[in-house]
Amino acid sequence: MSVWVFVESSEGSPASAGLELMSRAREFGDVTAIYLGSTSDDVAGILGDHGASKVLIADAGDRLPAAPVAAALAARAEADQPQLILFAQTYDSRDVAGRLAARLGVGVLSNANAVRLTDDGAETDHELFGGTRIATAAIRQRPAIVIVRPKSYTATPAGGPAAAVETLDLPDTVGAEAKVVESHVEEREGPQLGDARVVVSGGRGLGSAEGYQLVERLAKPLKAATGATRAIVDSGWVPYAKQVGQTGKTVKPDVYIALGISGAMQHLVGMKDSGTIVAINKDPDAPIFSVADLGIVGDVHQIVPKLIEALESR
Amino acid sequence: MRVVACVKQIPDPSTPYQLEEGTGWLLRPNDQVLDDTDRYGVEMGLQIAQANGGTLTLVSMGPTGSAQGIRQALAMGADKAVIVDDQSLRGADAFTTAKVLAAVIGKEGFDLVIAGTESTDGYAGVVPQMLAEMLGVPALTYATSVEASGDQVKIDRQTTTGYDVVTSSLPAVISVTAGVVEPRYPTFKGIMDAKKKPVETLTLSDLGIEADVAQAVTDVSPAPERQAGRKIEDDGSAHLAVIELLEQKKVI
Repeated sequence: MSVWVFVESSEGSPASAGLELMSRAREFGDVTAIYLGSTSDDVAGILGDHGASKVLIADAGDRLPAAPVAAALAARAEADQPQLILFAQTYDSRDVAGRLAARLGVGVLSNANAVRLTDDGAETDHELFGGTRIATAAIRQRPAIVIVRPKSYTATPAGGPAAAVETLDLPDTVGAEAKVVESHVEEREGPQLGDARVVVSGGRGLGSAEGYQLVERLAKPLKAATGATRAIVDSGWVPYAKQVGQTGKTVKPDVYIALGISGAMQHLVGMKDSGTIVAINKDPDAPIFSVADLGIVGDVHQIVPKLIEALESR
Repeated sequence: MRVVACVKQIPDPSTPYQLEEGTGWLLRPNDQVLDDTDRYGVEMGLQIAQANGGTLTLVSMGPTGSAQGIRQALAMGADKAVIVDDQSLRGADAFTTAKVLAAVIGKEGFDLVIAGTESTDGYAGVVPQMLAEMLGVPALTYATSVEASGDQVKIDRQTTTGYDVVTSSLPAVISVTAGVVEPRYPTFKGIMDAKKKPVETLTLSDLGIEADVAQAVTDVSPAPERQAGRKIEDDGSAHLAVIELLEQKKVI
C-alpha cells in the first residue's frame, strides 16, 4: 500500500499540517512525502522521523507552484500508482490537489477531519452545520485524493531514519505562467494561532475596529494568540491571517476566550475542539454559549477591562 | 475584455439547512439566494469589465428555480447569465462542477474568469483550481486585491503569514476572498434592467458532456455534543469567574 502526503514548508522546515497527516498515513502503508520547498538535511530527517521512506522535493522557485507541481505529480502518479494522496486544507496544498485531480480525472474529498482507506478508494468524515452533524463520504477511485483540515490528527515522530531524497523535475506546463514577484510577511511577532496555549478572539460584539484593542490587551498578560471571526475580517477590522473558522484557521488551544462572538457555524467549526471555552456576549441566546464551558452574559466593554486589570495586577 | 464570474445560488444561510433522506444532499428550495461570497467576484468582474471596455457573463450550475439569486447578480450590472441545470447533476462533486463550468466558459470564450474561493453551502474549495487546469490556464488564487488590464493580471495572494504579489498573462482564472472589493447594492434601475437581461439555461446534452460522480455521502449522523457548561449573568464580578477558571486550567 503506497500513500503520498503533500507537505508544505514553513520557514524552511516541514509545516505542522503536513506532519499531522504523516502520522495518519503511516498507519496505511509506505509513505512518500511530497515536499513543497527547497531541500536540506533537516527536511529528509524530519520527514523520515515522521514516517516517510522517501521524499520528493518539489521546488517551484518563483513560479506559483500549483500548475507545474500538479503536472509533475500526475506523471509520477501514473508510474508509482499511490492508492491515497493526502493534502492539508491550506492554500498551496488545496491548489495542487485541485489541479492534480483535474489532471488525473478524479474527484477530491475536501474539508475532511478523518480519513480511512477502503477496498476501492477512501472514506472521510466531514463536519456539517457547525459541527453538529458528521457526514461520511466515500470516493471510489484510485488514487483517492483527500484534503484534511489541519489539527485533525496529531503530529508524532515515529523514529524512522532520514527519508531518501529525490528531486522532482517540474515541467513548464500550461497554467505555469503565474509568478510570485514579491512576498510580504504580516504580524509574525507574538504567539501564533496554531500553537498558543491560549487564544483570545473577537467578533462583531466588540463594536468597532478600535474595540479589537480589548482582544489585544487581554491577550498580552495571558501570552495568548489573537483571533477573529470572519465577520470582522470581512469588515476590515483585522487582517485575514487572524480568521478562525471554516475558511480560516482551525485552533485547539487549552483555553479559547471568545469576546463578542455570537458563534456562527462558520466560526464554531474552527474552535469548538478547544480544551476550555470561555464566552462573553450580550445576547443570552447566542449559539456560542452552547459550546462554552463558562458563558458570561454581559457587556465585553464592562467585563474585559476589569479582567485585564485583575490579570495585570497579579 | 471578456470577463466571466462563476456564481452559485444557495439556500438562504439565515434559514436552517436540511438534508435529503437517503442521499444526504442539501435540500434546495425554489427560491435560492446569491452566495454572499460571489458578490465580491461579481463586483470585481464589473469593475474590471468597465475599466477595460468589456462584458461580464455569469456562469452557474444548479437548479435554476426562480433564478432569484442569479437576478441579484444581474441587478448589480452583469450583462447576461448562463445556467446549467440538469437532473443528473444532483449531488455533483467539485470535479463534475468544474467540468460543467469549464464546458460553458470554453464555449462562451473568456479572458478572465473570477470565482469565490469556496461556496458557503459546499466548501469544497477546489473548483477554481480544477477549472483552471481544465481550461489550460493559470489560477491566481485567494486574491485580496486584483488589477487586470491589457493581457496582464496582478493580485495580492493571501498566504499563511501575509501575502504574495502574483502576476500572470491572461487568460487566467482568479479566486477572490471576501473583502477584495466592496460589492455594490443593486439600484432600482439595476433591478428593473435585470428582469430583461438574457438568462440562458443549458442541459448536459447541450454541452455534450456527462456527469460521472465518483463520490457519495454514505452516512449522516449527529456529532458527539460538547456539553455546554455554566452560564452566568454579569453582576459586576463575572471577571472573577474567568480568573478562577484560568487558574484551574493553570494558564495563569
